[in-house]
This record gives sequence, C-alpha cells and structure tokens, in this order.
Amino acid sequence: MIINHPLLGPRDAQEFVYLGDANLIDRPDPSSSTALDDFHDYLYLRDNPAGSHRELWFHEQGDRSWLVVTRDTTTHEITHVELASEYAKRQGRDR
Amino acid sequence: MSDHPLAPLTALARDTPVVEKIGGITITENPDLAIASLAVRHGRELDLQTLLTPVLGEDLPGPGRAAFLEDTAAIWTGIGQWFLMSPVAKHPDYAWDMKYIVKDTASVTEQTDGWVIFDVIGDSLSPLLERICNLNVNAMSDGDATRCLIEHLGCLIICRESGRNISIFGPRSSAASLHHILVTAAKSVA
Amino acid sequence: MSGINRLDGGQIDRNNVLTFSFDGKRYSGFGGDTLVSALLANNVRLMGRSFKYHRPRGVFTAGSEEPNALVELRSGARREPNSRATVAELYEGLTAQSQNRFPSLRFDALAFNDTLASFLSSGFYYKTFMWPVAFWEKVYEPFIRRAAGLGRLSGEEDPDTYDKGFLHCDLLIVGAGPSGLAAALTAGRAGAEVILAEEDFALGGRLLAESGILTDRLASDWIEEVTAELVALPNVRLMTRTTVFGQYDHGIFGAVERVSDHIPEPQPNKPRQILWRIYSKRALLNAGATERPIPFENNDRPGIMLAGAMRAYANRWAVTAARNVVVFTNNDDGHRTARDLSEKGVDVAAVVDCRHNAPTSADFEVIEGAEVIGSRGRLGLKAVKMRFKDGSEREIACGALGVAGGWNPNVHLTCHKRGRPEWNGDISAFIPVKSEDSALRVAGAAAGIFSTHGALQSGAQGAIDALNDLGISARFPALPEAEDAPVNIAPFWYVKGGTGRAWLDLQNDVTIKDINLAHQEGFRSVEHVKRYTTLGMATDQGKTANIGALAVLADIEGKSIPEVGTTIFRPPYTPVSIGTFAGRSRGKEFRPYRLTPSHKWAAEQDAVFVEVGNWLRAQWFPLKGETHWRQSVDREVIAVRKSVGICDVTTLGKIDVQGADAAEFLNHIYCNGFAKLPVGKTRYGLILREDGMAMDDGTAARLAEDHFVITTTTANAVSAFRHMEFCRQCLWPGLDVQLISTTEAWAQFSVAGPNARKLMQKIVDTDHDITNEGFPYMACGEITICGGLRARLFRISFSGELAYEIAVPTRYGDALIRRLIEAGKEFDVVPYGTEALGVLRIEKGHAAGNELNGQSTAAMLGMGRMVSQKKDSIGRVLAGRPYLQRVDDYRLIGLLPVNLDSVILAGAHLMNVGMESCAANDQGWVTSAAYSPHIGSSIALAFLKKGDQRHGDVIRIVNPLSDGDIEAKVTSPHFIDPEGERLRV
Repeated sequence: MIINHPLLGPRDAQEFVYLGDANLIDRPDPSSSTALDDFHDYLYLRDNPAGSHRELWFHEQGDRSWLVVTRDTTTHEITHVELASEYAKRQGRDR
Repeated sequence: MSDHPLAPLTALARDTPVVEKIGGITITENPDLAIASLAVRHGRELDLQTLLTPVLGEDLPGPGRAAFLEDTAAIWTGIGQWFLMSPVAKHPDYAWDMKYIVKDTASVTEQTDGWVIFDVIGDSLSPLLERICNLNVNAMSDGDATRCLIEHLGCLIICRESGRNISIFGPRSSAASLHHILVTAAKSVA
Repeated sequence: MSGINRLDGGQIDRNNVLTFSFDGKRYSGFGGDTLVSALLANNVRLMGRSFKYHRPRGVFTAGSEEPNALVELRSGARREPNSRATVAELYEGLTAQSQNRFPSLRFDALAFNDTLASFLSSGFYYKTFMWPVAFWEKVYEPFIRRAAGLGRLSGEEDPDTYDKGFLHCDLLIVGAGPSGLAAALTAGRAGAEVILAEEDFALGGRLLAESGILTDRLASDWIEEVTAELVALPNVRLMTRTTVFGQYDHGIFGAVERVSDHIPEPQPNKPRQILWRIYSKRALLNAGATERPIPFENNDRPGIMLAGAMRAYANRWAVTAARNVVVFTNNDDGHRTARDLSEKGVDVAAVVDCRHNAPTSADFEVIEGAEVIGSRGRLGLKAVKMRFKDGSEREIACGALGVAGGWNPNVHLTCHKRGRPEWNGDISAFIPVKSEDSALRVAGAAAGIFSTHGALQSGAQGAIDALNDLGISARFPALPEAEDAPVNIAPFWYVKGGTGRAWLDLQNDVTIKDINLAHQEGFRSVEHVKRYTTLGMATDQGKTANIGALAVLADIEGKSIPEVGTTIFRPPYTPVSIGTFAGRSRGKEFRPYRLTPSHKWAAEQDAVFVEVGNWLRAQWFPLKGETHWRQSVDREVIAVRKSVGICDVTTLGKIDVQGADAAEFLNHIYCNGFAKLPVGKTRYGLILREDGMAMDDGTAARLAEDHFVITTTTANAVSAFRHMEFCRQCLWPGLDVQLISTTEAWAQFSVAGPNARKLMQKIVDTDHDITNEGFPYMACGEITICGGLRARLFRISFSGELAYEIAVPTRYGDALIRRLIEAGKEFDVVPYGTEALGVLRIEKGHAAGNELNGQSTAAMLGMGRMVSQKKDSIGRVLAGRPYLQRVDDYRLIGLLPVNLDSVILAGAHLMNVGMESCAANDQGWVTSAAYSPHIGSSIALAFLKKGDQRHGDVIRIVNPLSDGDIEAKVTSPHFIDPEGERLRV
C-alpha cells in the first residue's frame, strides 16, 4: 500500500507501523465517576467495519509522526490522511 | 579541547575510515561529522529561527529538505525537528555548543555517535540506490533529504548532488550490516 | 546435424551452434532456441513423467504456462527442479535431466501407479491415510514424501546470489507483444516514465510466433524498428526476461528479472535474479492469451500439444514435433496452424474440426463435425483415433497433434486484487472487468481482443488513456497494417463418451472423471472441487486446465460456465524462486545485526555471543581451561559479588525526554510519580499498558528540570518509543515535550561489585565527587573521565551490588572498556555477559522480560503500591479493575529447592503438595530459573497464587514434559540483600 503522507508525499506502507482504530485518540476522562466503564469501552469496544475506517499509522521509518488514515478495509482505498496531532488537537486533546 | 588518552573508533570499529571503490562508485565512511538534534519547544519557532539565522544564514529547511552552509548542514527530520551537522573537530561537544545558541527555544540532543555515515559518490548512483531503497531516487534533487528503509534499517538519505553525491546515515550499531548492503549492491551494479 | 525436425526460417541464429545434454545424451541447437525447441528439433518428444501416474509426457505449450515439460536444469548445487523447459534459453553446455522417473525416462518403475489409477482418484490420500493414527508418522508420511513432488532439490547451498530493488514509473506495461509495443511507443514518445516488462528474452510476443500477421511489412522489421526507438528513449526502461508476477495495492507490482538464467553461471558479483518492487502510477496489462485444449481420452501422450504452440515452434523456432501432424479444433485458429505448418512443408494429415461449417483448404483435408476420441503410442504419439459426424471411427497416423480449443485472455494480474473476470460469449472466455480505479488497464489479447490489428490499436489507446489520467497527453502513433480476423469459435469443451481417462490438469494429473467423482462426493463449489482434486493447484496454476474443469462442472450441474464461477488467481503468475524473495538477506546477513561498542574487544577475548533481538551481546567470557559455560558464568557472578565486574549495557533503550512539560509527560507514562524527582537523581519507573498490565520498566534520570534520560529494556526499546510518541502526539499534544532516541549515541557499561567505586575513582576525573555522600545511590550526573572525556554517570544497579553505569560517546566505548579492564586489574575485575547478568538479577529478584510478559500486573510484580493514585497515568484506571486487584492473584516469589541438588526449569508449573498434577490444581508457574553460585543451588522466580502470603511453604514444581516433580520452599524473590544495603554503601 501507499500512504500519502501529508508532509512527505506518497510513502510505502512498509515504512509504517499500524496501531488500529483512531478512536484510541479519544481517551476518556480518568477523573470521571464512570471512568472504569469508560476506559473499558474505550479499550475493548471498537468497531471493526467492512468499509471506511479511520485508523492510526506510525511513520516509524520516516518522520515519526502518527497519522490518521481513512482506509476502506475491503478495498484498501485510502481517502484521507492527516497528522494525528492535528486531529487530536481538533478533538480538544491539547486543552 | 580535552586531552584524554582514549582513542576513538569509527562505526566500522576501525582506526581510520573505510573507503571502498567499486566500479565508478566510491563508498567512504565519514566519522568526521558532529550531529545534534534540535526539537523546537512549543510556540518558539520564530525565536529559534531568530537565534539560528546568524549561524545558518538562512531558514531551517522544510519537510524532506536539507540546507548546506559553509561548514554546517541542517536536515529536516520530523515535525519541528532537525539535525544540525558540523565537523567534529570544530565541535567535539556539538550539542552543548548548540544549546548555548538556541537557549530554551529548542531541545538539543547529542546525536553524533548515534549514526554511521557513508558518503557515496559516483557518476551515476541511480542503479545502486534503486537496489537498496524504495525512494524514487531519480526524482531526488540537490538538497532533498529523507528517512527511508534500507534492508530493515531506518536510514537517512541526503542528496548533495542529484545522482552523483549522497550521504546515507544509518544506525551506528548496524554499521557493518549497512556497509555490507552498500558494497554488495555496488558490486552488483558495477 | 541439428535436428531432423528443423524447418526453414525462424528467429534462430543458425551460425551459433550450441551443444547441450538431456538425460546425459548430447544434442545441438541454435542460438535463440529454448531447451524444448532444440529437443523437438532433435526429434525428442518424451520429456518427463507425470506427477501422480508417472505417465510419459511431452511438451504441451510454447510458453511459461507449460504443465508437462518440467526438467531439472543445470547440475550440482545449481540444479533447479521443475524448470519449465519451454522458457529455458539454450546456452552452450546446458545440462538438463528429466524428472520423476526411475531408473530412466523411457522405463519408469513407478509407472505401475498408472495401472492402479482407479485407486488413485481424487481424495485418495485423504481417504486412505487416515487410520491407524500411529501409521501416519512412521509409514504414510515417509511414503508420501518419497512419492511426492517432481524434481529433486540439490540439497546443497545455492552458490548464486539474488538481489532486489525498487523502480518507479508513470506507466508500467506488462508484456511486449503487439499491444505492449504499441503502448510503449505511444507512452515513450509522450515523454512519460515507462517500464516495459517482458517475460520472454525477445520482444514481440505473438508477433514472433505467427507468420504474415502484419500485412504491410515483416513483423521482425517492425519489432526491430520499435525496439531501436525505445532503446534510444531515456524515459523508457526495457526489461526483458522480466516477469511481472503480482499486482498489489496502489499500483505496486512485483517482478522478477532473470539476469543470469540464460548463461551457465552469473558473472562474478552479479545476481542470478532480481526481485523488483515496481511503483507505478498507471499500468497496462498486455499479457496476451493462453490457448486451451479439448480433452479427450488419452490426450496426454508426447506429441499432443496446443495448436498455437505447434505453430509457434514452426514459425519462431523452425521446428516441428513431427513430420506428419493432425490438428483438432473448434475454431478458425486451428486452421491457421495447419496452414502455417503446411507452408513450412510439414505433412498435415487432417484438420479435425468439430464444427459443421469449417473453412476448407486446398492444402490439407478438413473433416467437419468430427472429434478426436483417442490416441495411441505410449512413449510418443503414433496415431489418433477420430469419430466422424456419422459416428464411424478412423485412425490417422501422425507424430503430433495440435489441439485448438480457443484462447483464454491472461487475466491473472487483474484478479490479484480480487477482480473477478466476466464471461464473454463472443469469444467463449473470461475477460477482465475494468478495475474501479483504472490503475490497471488491459489491452490486446489479455482484454479479449484477439486480432493483431485490435491488439495494436488497443495498446496505443490504452497508453493514451492511462497517461491522460496523469495529465500527460500522448498522440496515437502510426501503426502497421495487420490482420483483423474475427473470432469464429463454437464452444466445445471436451469430448464426451469413452471409458478411459481424459486429462484436464496435466501437471497434477487430474482427469474429467476426478471432477465427476468430486462432485458425486459432495464437493460442489468450484473452490472445493479445486482443493479436493488439486486441479489448478500445481505450479502452473492450471493455466491450461481450469476452464475445461469449469465446463465439466457446468455440465454436471446443468449450469453455464459463468454460473459455476471461477477460482481466484493469486500471485505469483509464474513460480518465483524462494532465493529471489530472500535477495541479499542470507546467512549472516539474513537480517541486519547490531554490534555493541565493546564488540571488537569482546571478540578478542573469545567471548561467546548471543542474539538478543538484532543485537549480538557477549553471553559469557570463557577463560582458558573452562570447558562448560557454567564454569564461566559462575566465576563471573562470584567475581561481581566479591569484587567488581563490567558489562556492556548499551543495548538498553535510551530516550531523551526534554521540554517544559517533560516531568508531567513522564507522570502520564509511568505509573509511579516523576514530577518531584530532583535534578541529579534517577528513579525506577514502571510503564503500564492502558489495560493495566505491565508493558516495560526502566529508569529515568533527571539531568535538568526540563531534561530526562530514560531507559527501556533492550527488547522494548522500539515499541516503548513508539508508545511514548503516541502519547505525545495523540493523547497530550498540548504538552511541551520532545523525544528522541539516543540508544546508539552512548556506549554504556555497568560497573558492579563492592569494589566498583574504587575502580570508578581511577577513571572519573578527580573534580567529580563519587563518594557515597557526594554521589549516593540513584544519583546521576554529567562528568568527565580520563582527563576530560565527557560522560554520564548513573548510580543504578541491576545486580544488587554497589554499581555505576557509565556512558561515553560511542566512538570511545572500545577505549573505555579496555581502560576499565586495565584499571580494574588490581581488583581482579571480570567482564561479565548476559548469562551472569541474568543470574545476578534473579538472585536479586529483579523482574525482566520473563516476568514482564504482558500478563503481569504491578500487583503481581509486588509493585502494586507503586501505582500512584494521585495522578493520571496510562493504565491506572483499568489496573483498578476488581479482578486485577483480587487478593488471591499471583504474586512474584522466590523458589529454593528442598533438595539443593534439584534443578528448577523455567516454565514448570506449581502444584500443592499432595494434590494431583492437573490444570485445575495449578498454583502458578516458574518464570526465571538459574543456578546461583551465591546460594549454591538452583533458584527461581515464579508467580504463585497468594504467593506473598506463602513464604516458607513447600510447593511442588512440576514439569510434565520431562516428568519433573520436585519440592521447593517459597521464599522472598530477593535471594540476596533483601534490605538493599549493598546498593547504598
């Protein structure tokens, strides 16, 4: 596969390490009264769609950036790639 | 300068750099570069640039690029991160020297001995490079620099002169393996 | 002298006479010949024995789809079994042997299998070798292994080297027949970066195999003209002897270039083959088509071949399999074979056409509405038996039969990404569906366009369309005039009736009966039939067999062929040597290795090395006279406990953590607190996964308010860094923290033992106070040594002794170890390896990889109270799950055998005394075990249920694998200095 890195352009997927669902960015609030359940759901209950999937890839043999890649799991078509740090900031994780 | 009696070894564990001439290609181990990594602190991009401009004479390079100055080179290695390089004879403790310049605008880390550097020079390097890494080497122009994989090793390739002069940085502990790869491939295309 | 079956003309160099041997007999051929064309010229039709029944077989095709003519090519270590003789280029001195026969090709003892045919039907092995179970290993498997396979491996190391590489292009053109050449010309002239890959050694494809298909000039002239132009274009890369074997995602293709297969052995330092990974923006498949046979009874005799192959041999190689031939066809193409052979002076005894409206000829007899129903000639065809449309039968003497059942487009590459071809009734064949992203287009015969005119036109148009996607405009080139004959075919898949065997898959010996039987036994799906009968599962992937089998299935089920469906073609298109995939990664270079800074010195000491990940670490340092590793290891351990030892610990991961929020960041990473760690101090840290299980451990040294250096275990250096980058970029992007690995930049040595300080004081420059007061336990700092070399010093201990870790820039690592050993002589210093390191840490009760195996919690490790509840860290919340907090969970303990001579093995399980040894009674397991010279017996660390409350109990250590069952006392995991006094002196 080829992942179109937002800064470095098309790069072979060999250079990347796959982690999984991009929802891993949405780590629950550990101080919430429902934290135990929230973390359980966060860690163990994830969608496994046959189709479009937002997922985390790490450019280990490149610039060490984590990317959020939107990929169709049935065709491998990649429709969107962005820096995970940008995505995380948009989710408010820098506050 | 310190005058301790400990003698350094090159990454290939020799007293002097190894030079291999194979066909029209010369592969030389280069132990003479001091390397320091710079990682900009949050929100200090402009401050860092201001402090570095007198040293570099120009802006830090952007993604996939390197800048060569008199005796200093800067390579983009990641978001907000660069390698600066200068002769080790001039900077035996380069990280300390850079820290002095960039102050608290960036995190500076000693990287000099993290790498083995092979300078590869020849009239046509494409046949060699296309045997070892997946970069479109024919499309690399002067000053392009990027990390890539060479036989499972995370390396950094700097194009000094397109198709004729490149430097390959590899992990120092795997210097012997990387050297073997380069020499084998060079012989294969010679 | 070169062959009684040689004709006039052909693309061979008659001035270049080459001698070769087959089964020890010498023959000669010409430059441009393949092994098969040269054998045919010498009237050799018998070339091999079949896989299962050892039936005599000859060549069937003229290309890489060959199922029959498989030979052992070359000799000695270079002997390569199952080589397709149809694509083996002849060179001077070539040697080849037939395979799957004993003692000789003409007389094969195992041919008795053929007489047992009724027992060897599909599923024979599944049905026969089931019972008794005990027979499997001792009787059945050895028997099957002897009988299985075709050629023999040399059993020697391959003396040749293989290489790999990466190519990039705008347009990859697969196949250089008429459409591929037209495409390359079009794209090349447009200035696009073009790769033209052709599996043959010559460009031209079917243009080489036909006569008169270009109507305004000679095909050879046009090929020469196009080749010259393409060679001159710097943007076109012509790759002959290159098979594009697989299509992968996003325009990536795999190709193998046979650099040296056409010469006796590779030039010095040159590879035999190169595996190319081709990155294409667009690709155009011009892979042509493969002819299919019409199975009939005994259709596998040497001399029976595809009609198109027969024509190719006559036109390209100027050979014929025999001087009198018959053609059996269901379409006009068979007549073309008869015409070409007849023009070359071969006696065409008859064209048997199953259609009722067959074209006629003045040069040979055409028999309409007839079928070939059998053949005669055990080691070579002598006659075919045919049935007229009125039902009467007749035998026709001939030495070769060409069978023309129509052509199948070579759709294989379009299927590699799950593209399913669709049926085209006009040509009675599957054609590729247009790929959704149009990354791979198809032209020429591969697209079902069978006329030469159509191939040329579609090739050029395909290139124009592909480049148009990329914004490159290309012009339609002037192309030669060419034949544009329509496809006239009457579907006719196999000859019905008869009691004998009609072969569908020649390489795997699958007959029409086998398909019937499989269906009868309930294997209805085409995928099941394939696996049960092994049809299409040989190295040719059933290129000449699959459609016939689908037709048989369709008839049984009363369905049409497309309704039956197809199996899926997967890479590789043709077999690729394992050596090619390995490339340069062989032997010592199988993967890159990593050497420690003291490696050169350690090698001089005759150290024994062990692979730790990619690292080579010294395992122990044998002294003269030590004959057993335990002698060396015990000595090293005792020396550390008694005086001082040195170990290279460079391999531990080191990560530089800097930034205004570095301390807060580490607070998130480690379960224990770091914010309050003073500058100049080091602290042990445990990293949990988010699920609460221990991930890794190490130390963090605070060099400045905003600067830490942390260590990870050797094994987790890479994954811990990745995890920290995930936390930094994805979970806490607002923190000002920067990470970089410095593992390789520093050579780090552990100096451990009661005399460690005395030794260090001889090295460390005197302006640095390293006394217990000035540099206490867990201190760290930047110092200089040996008169000015900058270094980092950490007072940390893995062994449980007074210890320092000293780090210097890696280039000085070799000098430092020599200096330390020299300076330590007065203390009888020893270097120690990973084995002693392991013993020392087990004696001390430090957890390592065996304990941090992904199944252990902080509580299990005895570090439950370390998990700070005052701050948020990864894993804190889920570590608090009630199940992980249960009091009867496993706890890390020590084990001391009751009988001190007993040996404890890691992996053994713990059972209570008096209880049956079974899973239900399991109390835990041994994680690490070693002989402790300090204790004088075997000792171990283990996880035991409620272990922390059972110190002093006796438990059984059970190893069912070797009937081990010993008693041991449960102890604290700290076998030495439980209070940690030695560390602090």
